Amino acid sequence: MLRKIFVAGAGALLAAGSGAAEAQTPKKGGTLNFAVVAEPPTIDCHAVTTFAFAHPGLPHYSKLLKWKGNYDNLKIVGDLAESWEMSPDGLTFTFKLHKDVKFHDGAPMTSEDVKASYERIINPPQGVVSARRALHSDIGSIETPDAHTVVFKLKQPNASMLIHFASPWNCIYRAAKLKEDPQFPAKTVLGTGAYQFVEYVKGSHWSAKRFDGYFQKDRPYLDGYKAYFVKSNAVVPGMLGGQFDGEFRGRTPKERDQLVAGMKDNATVIEGPWVTNLMFTFNTKKKPFDDVRVRQALTMAVDRYAGADALSKISMLKYVSGLLRPGYEYALAGAELEKLPGFSKDIEKSRAEAKKLLADAGVPNLKVKLVNRNVAEPYTPGGIYLIDQWRRIGVDVEHSQLETKLFFDAMKQGNFDVLIEFISDFADDPSAQFDKLLTTKKSSQAASFHEDGKLDELFDKQAMEVDPAKRKALVNEFERHALTQAYSAPLLWWQRIIVHHKKIKGWEHQANHFTATDLVDVWLDQ
Amino acid sequence: MALPFLVPESARLMLGYIIKRLLMVIPTLLGVAVAVFFLIRVMPGDPVVVKLRADGANVTEETIQAERKRLGLDQPLIVQFKDYMVGLVQLDLGKSLWTGQSVAGEIALRFPVSFQVAVMATLIAIFIAVPLGTLSAVYRDSWLDNIIRVLAVSGLAIPGFWLGMLIILGLLYFFNWLPKIGYVSIFEDPVTNLTALFWPALSVGYRYAAVVTRMMRSALLEVMREDYIRTARAKGVYQYLVTRRHGLRNALLPVVTVVGLEFAFLIGGLVVTEQVFNLNGIGKLFVDATARGDFTLIQGLVLLIATVFVIVNLLVDLLYAALDPRIRLA
Repeated sequence: MLRKIFVAGAGALLAAGSGAAEAQTPKKGGTLNFAVVAEPPTIDCHAVTTFAFAHPGLPHYSKLLKWKGNYDNLKIVGDLAESWEMSPDGLTFTFKLHKDVKFHDGAPMTSEDVKASYERIINPPQGVVSARRALHSDIGSIETPDAHTVVFKLKQPNASMLIHFASPWNCIYRAAKLKEDPQFPAKTVLGTGAYQFVEYVKGSHWSAKRFDGYFQKDRPYLDGYKAYFVKSNAVVPGMLGGQFDGEFRGRTPKERDQLVAGMKDNATVIEGPWVTNLMFTFNTKKKPFDDVRVRQALTMAVDRYAGADALSKISMLKYVSGLLRPGYEYALAGAELEKLPGFSKDIEKSRAEAKKLLADAGVPNLKVKLVNRNVAEPYTPGGIYLIDQWRRIGVDVEHSQLETKLFFDAMKQGNFDVLIEFISDFADDPSAQFDKLLTTKKSSQAASFHEDGKLDELFDKQAMEVDPAKRKALVNEFERHALTQAYSAPLLWWQRIIVHHKKIKGWEHQANHFTATDLVDVWLDQ
Repeated sequence: MALPFLVPESARLMLGYIIKRLLMVIPTLLGVAVAVFFLIRVMPGDPVVVKLRADGANVTEETIQAERKRLGLDQPLIVQFKDYMVGLVQLDLGKSLWTGQSVAGEIALRFPVSFQVAVMATLIAIFIAVPLGTLSAVYRDSWLDNIIRVLAVSGLAIPGFWLGMLIILGLLYFFNWLPKIGYVSIFEDPVTNLTALFWPALSVGYRYAAVVTRMMRSALLEVMREDYIRTARAKGVYQYLVTRRHGLRNALLPVVTVVGLEFAFLIGGLVVTEQVFNLNGIGKLFVDATARGDFTLIQGLVLLIATVFVIVNLLVDLLYAALDPRIRLA
């Protein structure tokens, strides 16, 4: 079991889920204080892409569906939707909505609000940013046969559509307000979620109080919450000094240890995987990285298993996997993964083969410019580990760590030999996670500039395949081909370490930092 | 209309000088505005990409372009410059590319924090430095002078942010207490405000005091060697009065310059200290704006800091005149 709950102070390590804590009878009342280590550029769910809004802002809103449970027992459940069904051809989704849902201003929520919100995502009016518009482009029409039924008709099957309906970003806004001003959500917080907005003081805090008209009559438990916008380095002293009770993006192993030592028996530590990795991408427009032998040699030189062991003690990097999160049902694993370049457990044999491949490619003394972000965790340890591994096969590396803005510019302009980048999302979804691995013709995020049409073709097929078994076969074929061609190669997948005060109960550890943020079931044992 | 004749000549001269100096602010700030507009646009990188993709979101190029268009970044540089200058003439600094809020509003929210820390650090520095610097000069080469000099050199050697970290760790370790995170106005809750801002002010004030102490000591030593001091002593004036009336007043001139420059620097220069104490000030805003490539906000911040420097320099010059009649009469 990957998840562990540490009971600090006693020094005990319990291999147990958070279910034990949830078995207690929840208590009402109290204010949850937590830290958020960034600040959102906007408060519009449809435009925003950062956890900095998800943590303080999403508890104000409901979505059609949501994710429930911990990462190893995760399922999609209804939020505003009481029930839903997909037609056998995968082209129609029908949602029955709860009837007694109210917005925070007292107006009833109906199917028209759902329709208006999704139409804003699909066809944003002038001046409105819809960050996930392309993901919803398969939705052809939205019908509202009655006030509590919404029917989505797709232009073509989309295997990820249910995931999108459970997206934490698809907040439902009031249609009447959107009609008055399509920019309304960027200016005002008005949802149907469990908490009502109180105030947002930029650079300081965001506070909320319980919404007494919330449609789940026995929820929420908390009186309210207050999110403090702080720099990452303020989290440990802030928690030790009792300023806040948790931070829900994730901490490093070192910070975990500091908190456990300082909070003694008041700390709860929950660890698990994260739908986020570090991967290195080769610039195939530059020689010799257009040669598959060179790319394979560089991925084969990396001992991921030893790296996972060593780096997990000092950084967020922990798990070995291919292009999908370890433990995800569609991910290649075990012997099948070990057959692919870079995943053999016999590292000496791999490195010998890597040296031979470099010699065959005519570059026995290869020099590489590795471009990385100047973000300490986990980019710096990841980059340093790669440098060490490549030097073992005689590759000389220049490590260039750039500020985020310059990094993205280098990526776009192709000013790199190898680039350390990442995949990150709110759910396991091959369509979202494979996007960066496609040709530049197909994806605007692709950084390797390759022209391998086979990947695009497999991507399209799996995206439209609604039969899980058939889709898994296509996804596996994509992963095998991508890892063999090694345009991009995963280094390691991240671990998500959450430390919070033991009085916080009902918080779910999912493998991302965007979902499970509605705080509906969270309560304080005090 | 007889009023001008009632105003003393020296005051009219001073008023004219102030007006002239204030008018000179306009071309200075215009020059700064033009330079900063073009310089920051030379830097590579697209703020919209950082805004929409930095957290790993799967955002299409089409969305990126739509946002660039919305923010006016698709316009030719000369058009953007024209819009900026037209706004500036109307005292409109534009909107932050990151938050969409007015630049003036973003700055106004943070300015009180940095301003208060700078004022408190200046007061701490003056209260420490003037007496210590004077004692150090008066008792030159004594054990007291040596202790003060060691303290001053330590203040210069210890980085303010490191001292800040030590203060935080010390408060946690010894008192299991930290000042409240988040800014509360001094008018709203003076106790909370002062307990929160005293510590960062102390951490930067120590270095500030070290600089001023050394300046005070060397300036006073130099003044005390002047002929008029010797004359005063020869006339039989008490040493205390010689130092206080003749020495200290003249020695304060270079000290005022240093205090002014340090104060102006602190308004935008508390970058690391604000991070350590988690203060929502101008320094933190500057770092965030630079990392995000928020051009309009950077422009506004540079203009603010330039304005602060110009105003502080003016005040320093006026203080010179108040302290030294020779300057006033000249």
